[in-house]
Amino acid sequence: MATTQEWKFTAKDIAVKPDLFLSGHRACAGCGPATVLRLIMKATRGPTIVTQATGCMEVVSSIYPYTSWAVPWLHTAFETAAANASGIDAALKALERKGKAKQHTDIIAIAGDGGTFDIGLQALSGAVERGHDFLFVLYDNEGYMNTGIQRSGGTPTGASTTTTPAGKVIPGKLERKKPITEIMLAHEMEYVATATPYYWKDMLTKVRKGLEVEGPAFLHVFAPCPRGWRTDPAKTMEYSKLAVESCMFPIWEAVNGKRQLSIPSKVIALAPQKKKPVKTYLEGQGRFRHLFTPQNAHIVNEIQQVTDERWQKLLAKCESA
Amino acid sequence: MQKTTKQQIMGLNGDEAVAYAVKQSDVDVVAAYPITPQTIIVEKYSEYVANGEVKTEFVCTESEHSAMAATLAASATGARTFTASASAGLALMHEMLTVASGSRAPIVMAVANRALSSPLNIHGDQSDSMAERDSGWIHIYVENAQEAYDSIIQAFKIAEDTGISLPVMVGLDGFTLSHTLERVDVLEDQTVQTFLGERKIPLVLTHEGKTVPYKLDPENPMTMGPIALQNYYFEFKRQQDEAMRLALNKIQEVNSEYAALSGRSYGNGLIDQYKLDAAEIAVVCVGSTAGTLKVVIDGLRQEGIKAGLLRLRTFRPLPVEELRNALKNTKAIAVMDKSMSFGGHGGAVFHEVRHALYDVQTQPPVVNYIYGLGGRDTNPVVFRTIFDDLLRIVRTGRVEKQITYFGVRD
Repeated sequence: MATTQEWKFTAKDIAVKPDLFLSGHRACAGCGPATVLRLIMKATRGPTIVTQATGCMEVVSSIYPYTSWAVPWLHTAFETAAANASGIDAALKALERKGKAKQHTDIIAIAGDGGTFDIGLQALSGAVERGHDFLFVLYDNEGYMNTGIQRSGGTPTGASTTTTPAGKVIPGKLERKKPITEIMLAHEMEYVATATPYYWKDMLTKVRKGLEVEGPAFLHVFAPCPRGWRTDPAKTMEYSKLAVESCMFPIWEAVNGKRQLSIPSKVIALAPQKKKPVKTYLEGQGRFRHLFTPQNAHIVNEIQQVTDERWQKLLAKCESA
Repeated sequence: MQKTTKQQIMGLNGDEAVAYAVKQSDVDVVAAYPITPQTIIVEKYSEYVANGEVKTEFVCTESEHSAMAATLAASATGARTFTASASAGLALMHEMLTVASGSRAPIVMAVANRALSSPLNIHGDQSDSMAERDSGWIHIYVENAQEAYDSIIQAFKIAEDTGISLPVMVGLDGFTLSHTLERVDVLEDQTVQTFLGERKIPLVLTHEGKTVPYKLDPENPMTMGPIALQNYYFEFKRQQDEAMRLALNKIQEVNSEYAALSGRSYGNGLIDQYKLDAAEIAVVCVGSTAGTLKVVIDGLRQEGIKAGLLRLRTFRPLPVEELRNALKNTKAIAVMDKSMSFGGHGGAVFHEVRHALYDVQTQPPVVNYIYGLGGRDTNPVVFRTIFDDLLRIVRTGRVEKQITYFGVRD
């Protein structure tokens, strides 16, 4: 990384910097991903090209002849965000070699959980292995929300989606959420981090750090979807906070494989009594409503158990790093 | 013939001829994935990169799907781009082929034509690219390694014409051309670079009334690859089709311009005729089969039989007028297809040629021969029987069999 300095993104900095993800898009009220996109674009450091996978945020922001993007932006397909970044990176390098590129340009590839955990994973793994210089931002709303709330590899256990409906026999998704960041860390990337928009300063700092890396960087951002989660649009930020407090979505960063908890998660590690039960995170969400019945109570216990196990594993990894 | 530029004789197979043409075309980005029988192209190009003979950024992607996505993204960034594929690889690219043409990315791709699975077969036929006939790419099919070399250079000129701005695939028959050593006359590097010039980026009008280059440019931010719904999508597609029509002229123009430089032309660039003037019977084919058919026709002509050949060099856009004019005075026509359209009435080339001739007053009978699938060998002796069939049709005025599966166990 070019520098280890901490960036001081203040509310004023953010307010003063012109938006690069503009208003007028067609996202729903309370959309987590739209807030995430607007914020991460505040952390850019100069000329930037954005490439995006097919998904909610691509669809709401680029309905021809309108656009919400004040930066050069490319969409090609669902599974191609990282492959696009490869091509842009290669072109910029070739054009620079010929003296046709005037200044350094950052590349941000953006995809949802479908375009990252599932259909886009191969292209992402390939682009990272080849060492292209780009930041991949995963906005994780835990399902295929654009196509109508189907389950993805990022959907958590117990969630009712249109392809894992809470039925009389099967109570929502049975499988666990794929540990995508562990997969990305296994690529021995220079920078991997998780963030939620509630802790916006932390998130912006991580975006900037990812851009500073000369090579691939990966940022996993938690992004509630009121429509898909059956949550109150006013509570998107509340869930972005509860996910961290319940350790359902701890936030951390790993620089050259050395993992450190970010402050909100570190606080819980130091004072375990502050760790909230997963129940407080789950109970207000319509997608988990069926779990709060006597016959499904064991699932909530299982989610708690898996969350605890994953949290302990994470703590061990942070200590050993 | 007018004086042409200095050239050098090389011994190259079709794949090497393609790689050499790409090297001379000063390509910025090559993104590709290996697949038989295209492999020699990417291997050869890797050598050029490893030895510092090119300035190209070479991306060895993890799949053909990503190869096309990366090539497209590089093209959108303003780079001159090339890739190569075949068979299953081209099929895996399918989604991205339509995205590339819809994005009006002037990518050049060599396709070393090969059979599609299943059963798995690595040998030559044209099932792969014929399945992509509606993907919005210009399709050029070559007869030999020399034409493969020449056509790749021409393809950049056609694709990058700002009035066309469409991707071009150049098909060369797997193994028959890709792996067979031939004499190839090559131009000097400087000659190719002068012929092509630097890639010109089309200019487009913004909503603010500014004219800006159609590329990812931080100074002129543009949204590329948007969603267009019921109110605009159709217009995008209509414009693509219009560009295809304009390409009919451009391909001929580039063929002539290149001929003046090299002394080599391929018919008018769209169709290549052999002894077709005053021919009574004609065969229409695509690709390297033309070479074999010419030998057969030479023999027939010695016997006094008026046989001719039409090689369809450009399959998309389809040169309908040229097909009509060239074939209207023949009395029977055989169309050769090296791929199947399962459940259709004959192969893809047959559909197109017969369709084009429907409005010709003479309406000569047109029959179809599906041949050579999975690399099955076809030679002059067996091809001779096709002409016998045509002569019988002319003599009796009757078509007994419209579609023949040639050289297959029934």
